[in-house]
Amino acid sequence: MTVIEARQVVLSFGETPALRGADLAVAEGELLAIMGPSGSGKSTLLHCLAGILVPESGEIHFDGRRVDRLGESGRSRLRRDEFGFVFQFGQLVPELTAQENVALPLLLNGVRRAAAVAEARAWFGRLGLDGLQERRSGELSGGQAQRVALARGLVARPRVLFADEPTGALDSLTGEHVMDLLVSAARQEGTTVVLVTHEPRVAAYADREVIVRDGKVHSLTAEAIA
Amino acid sequence: MTVPLTLLGLLEREPSHGYDLKRDYDAYFGRGKPLSFGQVYSTLSRLARDGKVVISDLEPGEGPDRKRYVITDLGATEVDSWLTEPVAPEPHLQTVLFAKVTLALMLGRNAETYLDTQRAAHLRRMRELTEIKRSGGLVDALLADHGLFHLEADLRWIDLTSARLDALATEVRS
Ligand SMILES: Nc1ncnc2c1ncn2[C@@H]1O[C@H](COP(=O)(O)OP(=O)(O)OP(=O)(O)O)[C@@H](O)[C@H]1O
Ligand SMILES: [Mg+2]
Repeated sequence: MTVIEARQVVLSFGETPALRGADLAVAEGELLAIMGPSGSGKSTLLHCLAGILVPESGEIHFDGRRVDRLGESGRSRLRRDEFGFVFQFGQLVPELTAQENVALPLLLNGVRRAAAVAEARAWFGRLGLDGLQERRSGELSGGQAQRVALARGLVARPRVLFADEPTGALDSLTGEHVMDLLVSAARQEGTTVVLVTHEPRVAAYADREVIVRDGKVHSLTAEAIA
Repeated sequence: MTVPLTLLGLLEREPSHGYDLKRDYDAYFGRGKPLSFGQVYSTLSRLARDGKVVISDLEPGEGPDRKRYVITDLGATEVDSWLTEPVAPEPHLQTVLFAKVTLALMLGRNAETYLDTQRAAHLRRMRELTEIKRSGGLVDALLADHGLFHLEADLRWIDLTSARLDALATEVRS
Protein backbone atom coordinates (compact mmCIF):
# COMPACT_ATOMS: atom_id res chain seq x y z
CA MET A 1 0.00 0.00 0.00
CA THR A 2 1.33 3.41 -0.96
CA VAL A 3 1.69 5.74 2.00
CA ILE A 4 3.25 8.77 0.33
CA GLU A 5 3.37 9.79 -3.30
CA ALA A 6 4.50 12.59 -5.61
CA ARG A 7 2.72 12.97 -8.95
CA GLN A 8 4.19 15.10 -11.72
CA VAL A 9 5.73 17.50 -9.25
CA VAL A 10 7.26 20.67 -10.72
CA LEU A 11 9.22 23.22 -8.72
CA SER A 12 11.71 25.95 -9.67
CA PHE A 13 13.82 28.30 -7.62
CA GLY A 14 13.59 31.51 -9.64
CA GLU A 15 15.09 30.62 -13.00
CA THR A 16 16.45 27.28 -11.77
CA PRO A 17 14.20 24.30 -12.42
CA ALA A 18 14.68 21.81 -9.57
CA LEU A 19 11.88 19.32 -10.25
CA ARG A 20 10.41 18.83 -13.74
CA GLY A 21 7.58 16.34 -13.32
CA ALA A 22 8.80 14.04 -10.58
CA ASP A 23 6.79 10.87 -9.86
CA LEU A 24 7.44 8.69 -6.84
CA ALA A 25 5.36 6.32 -4.72
CA VAL A 26 6.61 4.88 -1.45
CA ALA A 27 4.96 1.84 0.12
CA GLU A 28 4.07 1.59 3.79
CA GLY A 29 7.03 0.22 5.76
CA GLU A 30 9.35 0.55 2.78
CA LEU A 31 12.91 1.83 3.02
CA LEU A 32 13.54 3.81 -0.14
CA ALA A 33 16.88 5.32 -1.18
CA ILE A 34 16.89 8.38 -3.44
CA MET A 35 20.17 8.69 -5.31
CA GLY A 36 21.45 10.85 -8.14
CA PRO A 37 23.98 13.52 -9.03
CA SER A 38 24.48 16.68 -7.00
CA GLY A 39 21.92 19.33 -7.85
CA SER A 40 19.56 16.87 -9.51
CA GLY A 41 16.68 17.69 -7.13
CA LYS A 42 16.87 14.99 -4.43
CA SER A 43 16.55 17.29 -1.42
CA THR A 44 13.87 19.36 -3.16
CA LEU A 45 11.84 16.21 -3.79
CA LEU A 46 12.23 15.14 -0.16
CA HIS A 47 11.11 18.60 1.01
CA CYS A 48 8.04 18.44 -1.24
CA LEU A 49 7.09 14.98 0.04
CA ALA A 50 7.53 16.15 3.64
CA GLY A 51 5.37 19.25 3.20
CA ILE A 52 8.28 21.63 3.71
CA LEU A 53 8.07 23.00 0.17
CA VAL A 54 4.90 23.31 -1.92
CA PRO A 55 5.18 22.36 -5.61
CA GLU A 56 4.16 24.81 -8.32
CA SER A 57 2.20 22.06 -9.99
CA GLY A 58 1.64 18.39 -9.38
CA GLU A 59 0.32 16.58 -6.33
CA ILE A 60 1.63 15.21 -3.05
CA HIS A 61 -0.49 12.52 -1.42
CA PHE A 62 0.00 11.24 2.10
CA ASP A 63 -2.31 8.61 3.50
CA GLY A 64 -5.21 9.77 1.34
CA ARG A 65 -4.61 13.47 2.00
CA ARG A 66 -3.45 16.13 -0.47
CA VAL A 67 -0.40 17.62 1.25
CA ASP A 68 0.07 20.25 -1.46
CA ARG A 69 -3.41 21.63 -0.74
CA LEU A 70 -2.75 22.16 2.96
CA GLY A 71 -1.87 25.62 4.24
CA GLU A 72 1.27 26.44 6.21
CA SER A 73 -0.23 25.49 9.57
CA GLY A 74 -1.80 22.29 8.23
CA ARG A 75 1.54 21.21 6.81
CA SER A 76 3.40 22.05 9.97
CA ARG A 77 0.88 20.01 12.01
CA LEU A 78 1.30 17.13 9.56
CA ARG A 79 5.08 17.26 9.91
CA ARG A 80 4.85 17.30 13.69
CA ASP A 81 2.27 14.49 13.95
CA GLU A 82 3.27 12.11 11.19
CA PHE A 83 6.85 12.73 10.08
CA GLY A 84 10.32 12.45 11.57
CA PHE A 85 13.47 14.08 10.18
CA VAL A 86 17.21 13.42 10.21
CA PHE A 87 19.54 15.69 8.27
CA GLN A 88 23.25 15.87 7.62
CA PHE A 89 24.16 18.31 10.36
CA GLY A 90 23.21 21.21 12.56
CA GLN A 91 19.97 19.81 13.78
CA LEU A 92 20.34 19.47 17.53
CA VAL A 93 19.36 22.50 19.60
CA PRO A 94 22.69 23.49 21.18
CA GLU A 95 21.13 24.94 24.35
CA LEU A 96 19.38 21.67 25.20
CA THR A 97 20.90 18.45 26.55
CA ALA A 98 20.91 15.38 24.32
CA GLN A 99 17.99 13.96 26.27
CA GLU A 100 15.96 17.17 26.00
CA ASN A 101 16.67 17.21 22.27
CA VAL A 102 15.26 13.72 21.91
CA ALA A 103 12.23 14.56 24.06
CA LEU A 104 11.49 17.72 22.05
CA PRO A 105 9.14 16.23 19.41
CA LEU A 106 7.07 14.64 22.19
CA LEU A 107 6.90 17.90 24.15
CA LEU A 108 5.78 19.69 20.98
CA ASN A 109 3.08 17.03 20.59
CA GLY A 110 1.79 17.87 24.05
CA VAL A 111 3.22 14.89 25.93
CA ARG A 112 3.84 15.72 29.62
CA ARG A 113 7.45 16.37 30.49
CA ALA A 114 8.04 13.36 32.77
CA ALA A 115 6.57 10.97 30.22
CA ALA A 116 8.50 12.58 27.36
CA VAL A 117 11.81 12.32 29.23
CA ALA A 118 11.16 8.68 30.14
CA GLU A 119 10.36 7.87 26.53
CA ALA A 120 13.46 9.74 25.34
CA ARG A 121 15.66 7.95 27.85
CA ALA A 122 14.69 4.54 26.45
CA TRP A 123 16.21 5.50 23.09
CA PHE A 124 19.62 6.13 24.61
CA GLY A 125 20.03 2.47 25.54
CA ARG A 126 18.66 1.36 22.22
CA LEU A 127 21.12 3.42 20.19
CA GLY A 128 24.15 2.75 22.40
CA LEU A 129 24.15 6.27 23.85
CA ASP A 130 23.91 5.46 27.55
CA GLY A 131 25.66 8.00 29.74
CA LEU A 132 25.38 10.81 27.17
CA GLN A 133 21.92 12.02 28.20
CA GLU A 134 23.13 15.22 29.85
CA ARG A 135 25.67 16.26 27.18
CA ARG A 136 25.02 19.21 24.92
CA SER A 137 25.54 18.86 21.17
CA GLY A 138 28.96 20.55 21.37
CA GLU A 139 30.09 17.78 23.69
CA LEU A 140 29.17 14.91 21.36
CA SER A 141 31.17 13.32 18.53
CA GLY A 142 29.66 13.50 15.03
CA GLY A 143 28.50 9.90 15.19
CA GLN A 144 26.98 10.36 18.65
CA ALA A 145 25.19 13.55 17.63
CA GLN A 146 23.80 11.77 14.57
CA ARG A 147 22.48 8.92 16.72
CA VAL A 148 20.84 11.47 19.03
CA ALA A 149 19.28 13.08 15.96
CA LEU A 150 18.05 9.66 14.84
CA ALA A 151 16.48 9.07 18.26
CA ARG A 152 14.80 12.46 17.97
CA GLY A 153 13.54 11.61 14.50
CA LEU A 154 11.99 8.36 15.69
CA VAL A 155 10.87 9.12 19.25
CA ALA A 156 7.36 10.25 18.30
CA ARG A 157 6.88 7.05 16.22
CA PRO A 158 6.39 8.85 12.89
CA ARG A 159 4.69 7.15 9.96
CA VAL A 160 7.49 8.38 7.68
CA LEU A 161 11.10 9.20 8.52
CA PHE A 162 12.79 11.58 6.08
CA ALA A 163 16.57 11.36 6.10
CA ASP A 164 18.72 13.62 3.89
CA GLU A 165 22.34 12.40 3.79
CA PRO A 166 22.11 11.25 7.43
CA THR A 167 25.62 9.77 7.27
CA GLY A 168 27.12 12.42 4.99
CA ALA A 169 29.29 13.97 7.68
CA LEU A 170 30.52 10.68 9.16
CA ASP A 171 33.41 8.36 8.33
CA SER A 172 32.29 5.15 6.65
CA LEU A 173 32.43 2.88 9.71
CA THR A 174 30.46 5.32 11.88
CA GLY A 175 28.06 5.94 9.00
CA GLU A 176 27.37 2.25 8.64
CA HIS A 177 26.75 1.95 12.36
CA VAL A 178 24.19 4.77 12.18
CA MET A 179 22.53 3.14 9.13
CA ASP A 180 22.42 -0.20 10.89
CA LEU A 181 20.63 1.38 13.86
CA LEU A 182 18.32 3.36 11.59
CA VAL A 183 17.28 0.26 9.65
CA SER A 184 16.79 -1.88 12.77
CA ALA A 185 14.71 0.77 14.51
CA ALA A 186 12.61 1.52 11.41
CA ARG A 187 11.91 -2.18 10.84
CA GLN A 188 10.93 -2.69 14.46
CA GLU A 189 8.57 0.27 14.42
CA GLY A 190 7.29 -0.37 10.90
CA THR A 191 8.37 3.16 9.94
CA THR A 192 8.52 4.09 6.25
CA VAL A 193 11.91 5.65 5.43
CA VAL A 194 12.75 8.03 2.58
CA LEU A 195 16.52 8.29 2.51
CA VAL A 196 18.53 10.64 0.30
CA THR A 197 22.12 9.54 -0.19
CA HIS A 198 24.81 9.62 -2.85
CA GLU A 199 26.70 6.75 -1.23
CA PRO A 200 25.94 3.33 -2.74
CA ARG A 201 26.94 1.54 0.44
CA VAL A 202 24.37 3.58 2.37
CA ALA A 203 21.71 3.03 -0.29
CA ALA A 204 22.36 -0.71 -0.03
CA TYR A 205 20.62 -0.66 3.36
CA ALA A 206 17.35 0.28 1.64
CA ASP A 207 14.82 -2.04 0.01
CA ARG A 208 14.85 -0.18 -3.28
CA GLU A 209 16.53 2.78 -4.92
CA VAL A 210 15.48 5.41 -7.42
CA ILE A 211 17.71 7.86 -9.26
CA VAL A 212 16.83 11.53 -9.61
CA ARG A 213 18.28 13.04 -12.76
CA ASP A 214 17.48 16.54 -14.00
CA GLY A 215 14.46 16.84 -11.73
CA LYS A 216 12.88 13.55 -12.75
CA VAL A 217 12.72 10.20 -10.99
CA HIS A 218 14.07 7.14 -12.75
CA SER A 219 13.30 3.79 -11.19
CA LEU A 220 15.10 0.96 -12.84
CA THR A 221 15.17 -2.42 -11.25
CA ALA A 222 17.74 -5.10 -11.92
CA GLU A 223 14.85 -7.38 -12.91
CA ALA A 224 14.84 -5.51 -16.20
CA ILE A 225 18.01 -7.32 -17.19
CA ALA A 226 17.29 -10.62 -15.45
CA MET B 1 45.31 -21.06 -7.94
CA THR B 2 44.69 -20.45 -4.29
CA VAL B 3 43.32 -23.91 -3.36
CA PRO B 4 46.70 -25.68 -2.99
CA LEU B 5 48.20 -22.73 -1.11
CA THR B 6 45.16 -22.46 1.14
CA LEU B 7 45.26 -26.17 1.95
CA LEU B 8 48.98 -25.85 2.64
CA GLY B 9 48.26 -22.93 4.93
CA LEU B 10 45.63 -24.94 6.81
CA LEU B 11 48.22 -27.71 7.24
CA GLU B 12 50.61 -25.25 8.79
CA ARG B 13 48.33 -25.15 11.83
CA GLU B 14 48.71 -28.88 12.46
CA PRO B 15 48.93 -32.16 10.57
CA SER B 16 45.44 -33.02 9.38
CA HIS B 17 43.33 -35.57 7.56
CA GLY B 18 41.89 -34.76 4.16
CA TYR B 19 38.38 -34.51 5.52
CA ASP B 20 39.43 -31.98 8.21
CA LEU B 21 41.01 -29.86 5.50
CA LYS B 22 37.89 -30.02 3.36
CA ARG B 23 35.66 -29.10 6.29
CA ASP B 24 37.78 -26.08 7.25
CA TYR B 25 38.25 -24.96 3.66
CA ASP B 26 34.50 -25.11 3.03
CA ALA B 27 33.74 -23.27 6.27
CA TYR B 28 36.17 -20.41 5.79
CA PHE B 29 36.97 -20.16 2.11
CA GLY B 30 34.40 -22.17 0.15
CA ARG B 31 31.60 -19.62 0.33
CA GLY B 32 28.97 -21.80 -1.26
CA LYS B 33 31.51 -23.55 -3.51
CA PRO B 34 32.65 -26.53 -1.42
CA LEU B 35 35.64 -28.58 -2.56
CA SER B 36 34.96 -32.14 -3.66
CA PHE B 37 36.89 -34.88 -1.86
CA GLY B 38 38.42 -35.79 -5.20
CA GLN B 39 39.77 -32.26 -5.55
CA VAL B 40 41.15 -32.33 -2.01
CA TYR B 41 42.97 -35.65 -2.45
CA SER B 42 44.30 -34.89 -5.91
CA THR B 43 45.62 -31.53 -4.66
CA LEU B 44 47.22 -33.20 -1.64
CA SER B 45 48.89 -35.87 -3.76
CA ARG B 46 50.31 -33.20 -6.08
CA LEU B 47 51.61 -31.32 -3.05
CA ALA B 48 53.17 -34.61 -1.83
CA ARG B 49 54.76 -35.26 -5.22
CA ASP B 50 56.29 -31.76 -5.15
CA GLY B 51 57.67 -32.34 -1.65
CA LYS B 52 55.47 -29.73 0.07
CA VAL B 53 53.67 -32.24 2.27
CA VAL B 54 54.43 -35.74 3.46
CA ILE B 55 52.00 -38.46 4.36
CA SER B 56 52.20 -40.01 7.77
CA ASP B 57 50.15 -43.14 8.01
CA LEU B 58 50.47 -43.92 11.63
CA GLU B 59 46.97 -45.23 11.79
CA PRO B 60 46.21 -48.78 10.75
CA GLY B 61 44.05 -49.54 7.73
CA GLU B 62 43.79 -48.51 4.14
CA GLY B 63 42.17 -45.66 2.22
CA PRO B 64 42.83 -41.97 1.85
CA ASP B 65 40.88 -40.98 4.96
CA ARG B 66 43.41 -42.78 7.18
CA LYS B 67 46.27 -40.64 6.01
CA ARG B 68 47.45 -37.59 7.83
CA TYR B 69 49.26 -34.90 5.92
CA VAL B 70 52.21 -32.97 7.37
CA ILE B 71 53.62 -29.80 5.82
CA THR B 72 57.35 -29.80 4.92
CA ASP B 73 59.83 -26.92 5.23
CA LEU B 74 59.47 -26.35 1.50
CA GLY B 75 55.70 -26.15 1.87
CA ALA B 76 55.92 -23.80 4.84
CA THR B 77 58.30 -21.49 2.95
CA GLU B 78 55.88 -21.37 0.05
CA VAL B 79 52.96 -20.45 2.31
CA ASP B 80 55.05 -17.80 3.96
CA SER B 81 56.11 -16.10 0.74
CA TRP B 82 52.58 -16.30 -0.63
CA LEU B 83 51.22 -14.60 2.46
CA THR B 84 53.78 -11.80 2.38
CA GLU B 85 53.57 -11.01 -1.35
CA PRO B 86 51.07 -8.35 -2.42
CA VAL B 87 48.51 -9.33 -5.02
CA ALA B 88 49.20 -7.59 -8.33
CA PRO B 89 47.00 -4.46 -8.35
CA GLU B 90 45.45 -5.09 -11.73
CA PRO B 91 44.57 -2.02 -13.74
CA HIS B 92 41.29 -3.63 -14.82
CA LEU B 93 41.40 -1.71 -18.06
CA GLN B 94 39.77 -4.52 -19.96
CA THR B 95 36.82 -5.24 -17.74
CA VAL B 96 33.59 -6.48 -19.16
CA LEU B 97 31.91 -3.24 -18.08
CA PHE B 98 34.37 -1.15 -20.03
CA ALA B 99 34.17 -3.38 -23.08
CA LYS B 100 30.36 -3.30 -23.10
CA VAL B 101 30.09 0.47 -22.78
CA THR B 102 32.68 1.14 -25.43
CA LEU B 103 31.20 -1.37 -27.83
CA ALA B 104 27.67 -0.07 -27.25
CA LEU B 105 28.81 3.44 -28.09
CA MET B 106 30.73 2.29 -31.18
CA LEU B 107 27.67 0.44 -32.39
CA GLY B 108 25.36 3.38 -31.67
CA ARG B 109 23.42 1.42 -29.03
CA ASN B 110 21.93 2.89 -25.89
CA ALA B 111 24.80 2.80 -23.41
CA GLU B 112 22.89 4.81 -20.83
CA THR B 113 20.22 2.15 -20.43
CA TYR B 114 22.93 -0.44 -20.13
CA LEU B 115 24.64 1.57 -17.40
CA ASP B 116 21.33 2.04 -15.56
CA THR B 117 20.55 -1.67 -15.56
CA GLN B 118 24.13 -2.40 -14.54
CA ARG B 119 23.80 0.07 -11.67
CA ALA B 120 20.57 -1.61 -10.56
CA ALA B 121 22.21 -5.05 -10.70
CA HIS B 122 25.19 -3.80 -8.69
CA LEU B 123 22.95 -2.23 -6.07
CA ARG B 124 20.89 -5.37 -5.79
CA ARG B 125 24.05 -7.37 -5.09
CA MET B 126 25.15 -4.72 -2.61
CA ARG B 127 21.84 -5.09 -0.80
CA GLU B 128 22.37 -8.85 -0.56
CA LEU B 129 25.88 -8.37 0.81
CA THR B 130 24.63 -5.75 3.28
CA GLU B 131 22.02 -8.22 4.50
CA ILE B 132 24.72 -10.88 4.95
CA LYS B 133 26.76 -8.35 6.87
CA ARG B 134 23.83 -7.44 9.11
CA SER B 135 22.85 -11.01 9.91
CA GLY B 136 26.15 -12.88 9.94
CA GLY B 137 29.29 -13.01 12.02
CA LEU B 138 32.43 -10.91 11.70
CA VAL B 139 34.09 -13.22 9.15
CA ASP B 140 31.04 -12.95 6.88
CA ALA B 141 30.97 -9.19 7.40
CA LEU B 142 34.63 -8.88 6.45
CA LEU B 143 34.14 -10.77 3.23
CA ALA B 144 30.90 -8.93 2.43
CA ASP B 145 32.68 -5.61 2.96
CA HIS B 146 35.39 -6.58 0.51
CA GLY B 147 32.71 -7.24 -2.09
CA LEU B 148 30.85 -4.04 -1.20
CA PHE B 149 33.88 -1.79 -1.61
CA HIS B 150 34.65 -3.30 -5.01
CA LEU B 151 31.07 -2.95 -6.20
CA GLU B 152 31.07 0.61 -4.93
CA ALA B 153 34.18 1.35 -6.98
CA ASP B 154 32.43 -0.02 -10.07
CA LEU B 155 29.38 2.12 -9.29
CA ARG B 156 31.47 5.27 -9.03
CA TRP B 157 32.91 4.44 -12.40
CA ILE B 158 29.41 3.80 -13.78
CA ASP B 159 28.23 7.21 -12.50
CA LEU B 160 31.23 9.00 -13.93
CA THR B 161 30.84 7.21 -17.24
CA SER B 162 27.11 8.04 -17.36
CA ALA B 163 27.99 11.69 -16.94
CA ARG B 164 30.52 11.53 -19.77
CA LEU B 165 28.64 9.39 -22.29
CA ASP B 166 28.13 12.12 -24.87
CA ALA B 167 31.78 13.05 -24.99
CA LEU B 168 32.78 9.40 -25.00
CA ALA B 169 30.46 8.61 -27.90
CA THR B 170 32.02 11.36 -29.97
CA GLU B 171 35.48 10.04 -29.26
CA VAL B 172 34.93 6.34 -29.99
CA ARG B 173 32.91 6.99 -33.14
CA SER B 174 35.38 9.42 -34.67
N1 LIG C 1 16.81 27.47 -1.75
C1 LIG C 1 17.24 27.42 -3.01
N2 LIG C 1 17.36 28.53 -3.74
C2 LIG C 1 17.75 28.51 -5.03
N3 LIG C 1 18.06 27.37 -5.69
C3 LIG C 1 17.98 26.23 -5.03
C4 LIG C 1 17.56 26.18 -3.65
N4 LIG C 1 17.56 24.89 -3.25
C5 LIG C 1 17.96 24.16 -4.32
N5 LIG C 1 18.21 24.95 -5.37
C6 LIG C 1 18.62 24.50 -6.73
O1 LIG C 1 17.73 23.49 -7.13
C7 LIG C 1 18.41 22.42 -7.77
C8 LIG C 1 18.16 21.13 -7.02
O2 LIG C 1 18.72 21.24 -5.73
P1 LIG C 1 18.65 20.10 -4.64
O3 LIG C 1 19.12 20.70 -3.36
O4 LIG C 1 17.32 19.48 -4.64
O5 LIG C 1 19.73 19.06 -5.21
P2 LIG C 1 20.29 17.72 -4.58
O6 LIG C 1 20.02 16.66 -5.57
O7 LIG C 1 19.77 17.55 -3.20
O8 LIG C 1 21.85 18.00 -4.57
P3 LIG C 1 22.99 17.58 -3.50
O9 LIG C 1 23.31 16.15 -3.79
O10 LIG C 1 24.14 18.46 -3.87
O11 LIG C 1 22.45 17.82 -2.13
C9 LIG C 1 19.88 22.84 -7.82
O12 LIG C 1 20.12 23.42 -9.07
C10 LIG C 1 19.98 23.87 -6.72
O13 LIG C 1 20.98 24.80 -7.00
MG1 LIG D 1 20.65 17.59 -1.28
